[in-house]
Amino acid sequence: MNTTDLKQEILRRSGGDPRRGMACGKCSAACPSYDAMEFHPHQFVRMVNDGNLLPLLQSDSLYKCLSCMACAERCPRGVEPFRLIEAVRLCAVREQGQNHLTPNDIPALLDPDLPQQAIVSAFRKFTK
Amino acid sequence: MKVTYFPGCTLKTKATELDLYARRCAEALGVTLEEAEDWQCCGGVFTASRDEIATKLSSVRVLQTAFEKDQPLVTVCSACHNVVKQTNHALQTDSAFAEAVNRYMQNPVPYVGQTRVLHYLELLRDEIGFDAIRDKVTDALKGRRIAAYYGCLLLRPSGVMRMDDPENPRIMEDLLTAMGATPVLWAQRNECCGGYIAMEDRALALSESEAILKNAAAAGADTVVTACPLCRYNLQKVAGNVKVVYLTELLAEALGIKEEPQ
Repeated sequence: MNTTDLKQEILRRSGGDPRRGMACGKCSAACPSYDAMEFHPHQFVRMVNDGNLLPLLQSDSLYKCLSCMACAERCPRGVEPFRLIEAVRLCAVREQGQNHLTPNDIPALLDPDLPQQAIVSAFRKFTK
Repeated sequence: MKVTYFPGCTLKTKATELDLYARRCAEALGVTLEEAEDWQCCGGVFTASRDEIATKLSSVRVLQTAFEKDQPLVTVCSACHNVVKQTNHALQTDSAFAEAVNRYMQNPVPYVGQTRVLHYLELLRDEIGFDAIRDKVTDALKGRRIAAYYGCLLLRPSGVMRMDDPENPRIMEDLLTAMGATPVLWAQRNECCGGYIAMEDRALALSESEAILKNAAAAGADTVVTACPLCRYNLQKVAGNVKVVYLTELLAEALGIKEEPQ
């Protein structure tokens, strides 16, 4: 799929419209994971809009988003960056063999208090 | 009053006290939580992508169960609540999604989000009423300075959750006051604890939870209260002297029906 088609697919899945973004950076200011991200939420918006998708698809930033929706709630333009990040992440993990988390990874991550909720949530976000 | 109750996966395992005291407190306040039959895990997080259908069907099933019983659907866990309410909203507003769901489920009567979904807090505020709670509490929580922690999932997206003001909520503070405790004012109450990122980047989850706990402690809180098992897990890792407890445990304490630790 070329990047124009991929961009359309991302927009369709997310229901988001990056053209509305005005680069005010409020989403990035609200993001609890800002410091852990190579590409910050406002950059996701711009890069999706530009069709500059390859760096995003390969970036670890896809797996730092908490889906906490602070970016969407505080956006003055209704852009909802987390939806775009999620749509790009799905493009990455839906490729064959590209699950970001596998059942084999789980035993090493367990501790006696870890709630099931953490495991199912991580699978839902990081795998197809 | 009887309601359909969706406990969710973690309330049956690591967070049994959240479940136990949700039932007991509701009963003490005149509401019976009838557990939905054969419910399935909600998946923990809502997938925002519109082309995800199958991952939302467990929520659809429990919503339909409540619809068939003509009861509101009550959840306690913030995550379950978020997933179920967002799914219900998607059925109301996204006709392509609703069509795909109903065709798959072969529903004779289309389910398009008719069920009223209530978080336990909304049950307390809107159905039982905080005044009725105030009449029933003991002075067990008197003098306790408690920080209400909302996190992300109770309030956002606010247009769908419609529980409270997403940036200046008061539902938990009002409940704390009704329970005889002193709610503290603090800035980080609606910031994310890190959630499932604990599976991907433990240090990141810890640093996010640490910022929240520090802020609660600086506001003079002796306790942080949450409705979410994952929030509690993350916050407890960095809690120090501050207690992190479930909403329903605290309510049971206020109502004088909490069991003493063995």
